[in-house]
Amino acid sequence: MKRLRVGLVCPYSLDVPGGVQNHVRDLAEALIGLGHSVSVLAPSEVPDEEAGLPSYVVPAGGAVPVPYNGSIARVSFGPVVAGRVRRWLREGDFDVIHLHEPASPSLALLALWAAEGPVVATFHTSRLRSRAMSASAAILRPSLEKVTARIAVSEYARDTLVQHLGGEPVVIPNGVYVDRIAHAAARPDWRGASATIAFVGRIDEPRKGFAVMARALEAITRHRDGVRLLVVGGGDIQRARSALPDRLRDHVTFLGRAGDEEKASALKSADLYVAPNTGGESFGIVLVEAMAAGAPVLASDIPAFRRVLADGRYGTLFEPGSPSDLASQALALLEDQGRREKLAEEARRDVRRYDWSVLAGKIVEVYETVVR
Amino acid sequence: MTEYLVVAAVIVSLVAVGLWLSWTATRLDRVHHRIDVARATLDGQLLRRSGATLELATAGVLDPARSLVLADAAHAARAARNGEPDDDPDGDPDDDPDDDPDKGEFEGDDTEHAQSDLSQALRAVFADPDEVDQLTRHEEAEELVLELAGHCRKVVLARRFHNDAVASARVLRSRRRVRWLRLAGHAAALRTVDFDDQPPFGFGAREP
Repeated sequence: MKRLRVGLVCPYSLDVPGGVQNHVRDLAEALIGLGHSVSVLAPSEVPDEEAGLPSYVVPAGGAVPVPYNGSIARVSFGPVVAGRVRRWLREGDFDVIHLHEPASPSLALLALWAAEGPVVATFHTSRLRSRAMSASAAILRPSLEKVTARIAVSEYARDTLVQHLGGEPVVIPNGVYVDRIAHAAARPDWRGASATIAFVGRIDEPRKGFAVMARALEAITRHRDGVRLLVVGGGDIQRARSALPDRLRDHVTFLGRAGDEEKASALKSADLYVAPNTGGESFGIVLVEAMAAGAPVLASDIPAFRRVLADGRYGTLFEPGSPSDLASQALALLEDQGRREKLAEEARRDVRRYDWSVLAGKIVEVYETVVR
Repeated sequence: MTEYLVVAAVIVSLVAVGLWLSWTATRLDRVHHRIDVARATLDGQLLRRSGATLELATAGVLDPARSLVLADAAHAARAARNGEPDDDPDGDPDDDPDDDPDKGEFEGDDTEHAQSDLSQALRAVFADPDEVDQLTRHEEAEELVLELAGHCRKVVLARRFHNDAVASARVLRSRRRVRWLRLAGHAAALRTVDFDDQPPFGFGAREP
């Protein structure tokens, strides 16, 4: 196999955690593992070039916060950044440029403007509001015409893309390093006396469904003693704790915004992982992480989750936003160890296809198709 | 004085319109080039797929029935690609797509039928993942099977990327300025390539 020189462009700073950044970092490492040479161009919030970033990262300069598409986006532009993008392209002499999220006002768009060779683009979002996207489609189209191959990370990202820009993108999902998660250490000190439930997600973002989880926990603890809920995710913990009924406070452990390793340990320690998200998910990478950790999954029946769980084969689904359905399903699962083990076992086998070793291979096949 | 201003304004707007049109022409060129490259890639990829199929069919690692099915489908795919339908050379002239002036490597239904047939034959032969696993335990078969599986996946990609380029070009060509001023010139008509390219189930697990 030919060794490729790959230039990855990440629109967001790598020292800020986030889905796209994780994807780019994991992909870069997987490609390097396969023997390709990789350079990642990313904005850097820290002006100093020695910001403790991995050696394959080239900083493109700072990002400015600007309102875009209903929220605040951190965007890099201006002559300094444009100059660095051109220099990076010239010095890298890449076989293929791989942009991430090029349909936003970002570094990726600047790189696309300056790029000349084959360009691969991965689209992550599926939450683009239609009106904003339709308006920007006209502006984006001349640039996006230069893209040789388009990848969407989920069926929903793909649908959004097709709806606004047409064409036939391919779907290659988000990945995880299955073995890293599977071999994380369980933490006995986090476990409840009789059962442990894990929740992952920001506690103050309603769509993540912490409120649904908390109300279900009331019912669960009424029917079963010694249940503990592990909460992994940022947000105002003081406020969340004081909003809980007194009776529940001892049942909930807030771990705050945990790193990858801590998150994996929490999932490894759990008898059940619950994803009560009420919507707005395009894929559900946490479900995949839970599957890799061997935690049986109980998730709300929203299209993205239904897809990952293959209609319930790799995890159980409950009615979205319903604490009572969540509670009764959770209790049933906690009672039935055999069923939990069966779900976890099926999931562990299926989750392999989300491993970076598999996905990086698929992405390299895309590169090989477009490289001349 | 005012006349000069008017003349200057007219000149400036003419130049602006000219630049805009030439930029549009550049975009058209670029997207047409993208289609050409994508089509050549797809053509090459189809050749590699039929080639790998033939190689596997003649390697003696499959039973004769399946070898025959694969060899036949692969031959048909290669023949159709060369514009020599192999069934009946003196066939009904009405079926001949010769009156199409924009013939490229893809000459329409013959090629696409033959490619779909090859995909179907491959799916029929490699339907069972366990059996494919068994097959790859033979050292000589392993390399051939893995190679063929890779080519099958890349055909899917190459066809998608080609049709994606055609979609971009269609949007651009539908613009009024392009149609009225014939900016697309004599470039070939746009045609997506449509055939069944679903890889065999035995070559991979459930698609995401």
